[in-house]
Amino acid sequence: MGLVKLKGKVWKVGDDVDTDLIIAARYLNRSEGDFLAAHCLEVLLPNLTAKVQPGDILVAGKNFGCGSSREHAPVAIKYAGFSCLIAESYARIFYRNAINIGLPVIVAPEAARVIKEGALLEVDPGTGIIQDLTNRRTYQGEAFPAFMVEILSAGGAIPYVREKVKHDV
Amino acid sequence: MGMTMTEKILAAHAGLTEVAAGELVNAKLDLVLANDVTGPLAIKEFEKIGIEQVFDKEKIVLIPDHFAPAKDIDSAQQCLELKSFSRKQDLSHYYEVGRCGIEHCFLPEQGLVLPGDVVIGADSHTCTYGGLAAFSTGVGSTDLAVGMARGELWFRVPETMKIVLQGKPRNPWVTGKDYILAVIGRIGVDGARYKTLEFVGEAISNLSVDGRLTMANMAIEAGAKNGIMPADEKTIEYVRTRAQRPWQIYQSDEDAVYSEVIEIDVTNLQPQVAFPHLPSKTRDVLEAREVQIDQVVIGSCTNGRWEDLEVAASILQGKKVHPEVRVIVIPGTREIYLQAVREGLVEIFVEAGAVVSTPTCGPCLGGYMGILAKGERAVATTNRNFVGRMGHPESEVYLANPAVAAASALLGRIASPEEVCR
Repeated sequence: MGLVKLKGKVWKVGDDVDTDLIIAARYLNRSEGDFLAAHCLEVLLPNLTAKVQPGDILVAGKNFGCGSSREHAPVAIKYAGFSCLIAESYARIFYRNAINIGLPVIVAPEAARVIKEGALLEVDPGTGIIQDLTNRRTYQGEAFPAFMVEILSAGGAIPYVREKVKHDV
Repeated sequence: MGMTMTEKILAAHAGLTEVAAGELVNAKLDLVLANDVTGPLAIKEFEKIGIEQVFDKEKIVLIPDHFAPAKDIDSAQQCLELKSFSRKQDLSHYYEVGRCGIEHCFLPEQGLVLPGDVVIGADSHTCTYGGLAAFSTGVGSTDLAVGMARGELWFRVPETMKIVLQGKPRNPWVTGKDYILAVIGRIGVDGARYKTLEFVGEAISNLSVDGRLTMANMAIEAGAKNGIMPADEKTIEYVRTRAQRPWQIYQSDEDAVYSEVIEIDVTNLQPQVAFPHLPSKTRDVLEAREVQIDQVVIGSCTNGRWEDLEVAASILQGKKVHPEVRVIVIPGTREIYLQAVREGLVEIFVEAGAVVSTPTCGPCLGGYMGILAKGERAVATTNRNFVGRMGHPESEVYLANPAVAAASALLGRIASPEEVCR
């Protein structure tokens, strides 16, 4: 199974966006995706869920998702409607969590720096190729290793492991 | 080719004789940890896998500490989910409020984590146990669910940055907290991203186990996968009376490969204060004395241990906190709390005008028990000072060691301990 191409409008944030900014701890007494999405990035991008169209793409600077291990952070982003992330770099726990819930997080330093807010992108998570349809430029992001493609194709780590467990028995 | 202690631990748990940085391994887990915030999500994911039983009921630890004792109905529900799952799975290491404490203070104290272990926890400060020469790292709830089901998890063997801390600090108030803040100030909040921080040198050998746990605890604040330091007599002395199973000590080889070696001389290091809104924005305390404060928090998985309370009490003893400052002291565990009662520390704090809370993560992550209003500032012995971390997005947190926090409590502004102690 391959990964489908994603298309959406760009929302930009800066460097070192931490997990408290993505979803503040005061909302962690619940874990439903829609509830978390309603408070996603609420200090940086107020009323985000009212404006984001399903499929839109979040573009960030370096060290995105630093701080806590809360998986609520990628869950909030996914349920807010974003189809994928592009960043210069990610904090490691956030990165793992995003892959584990089936949210493609692409490392693409040049694209992350150059792409402008509001641009329309087409992203192929399978190859890491990012096309800026507004600017007619193409960027090469890092491709995922094979086992991460398998996890993303399965829809996340749980469906992926569930399949493995079936075969074990 | 030589290996680092982290590489040796991962190799041993993956059934390999050697591994190198960059390699992907499946490692067996000695302990799997979650709390009342990350646990419920992990349990939900675990139940989707299609396995009835956790891999080993002795090796899973569930601790209600973040919003516990429950701060509201939703939090109570999350705590209940931990308890129900523990009962259903017959887990040996579920602890009810009043019998545990803050997870990263409690696990080492109880001998649940030991040198040479591989530990994952659905909490980013799980890296604390590197202070006891274990490989331990924070993961999300899905990884935790997989860990609970299979007892193993994939890891990319991290590159190691060696941090050599030389010298003896001349300033008697300098602690492990100041060492780690100085390291983060030097390398930045992503300076060790995906890597191991291995701390060595004279200053580490001279540090207490409490101080080492404080240092390893904040490795994540530099983006590290784990922080670790060599086991020595102090480590063995600490674990010997606590351990209920064997442990294994791994030392880095002389010819181990490091991605970088950074030497820091601590001889002239001053107590450090991290300014908003990143732990890397460090300054000497003497350059921070104009900052007026509204609240002081002494506690957390970073600085809620016995030695931390002891130094704070030594400064507050017989004095009164500044009339406009709230001081919240939170012992890290039941055992520390009890010792603080028995040895008179609680009386010192309360006489001085502080509040003493039962162990909880509470204010550190802006949960409860000391939330900041718009525009308020706190000095905290905690680990993060991100935007809105302790409350309103326009409040501020300054990170410091317990002595600086206590001195600041007396003067109502950030203060150096020398200003209040002779």
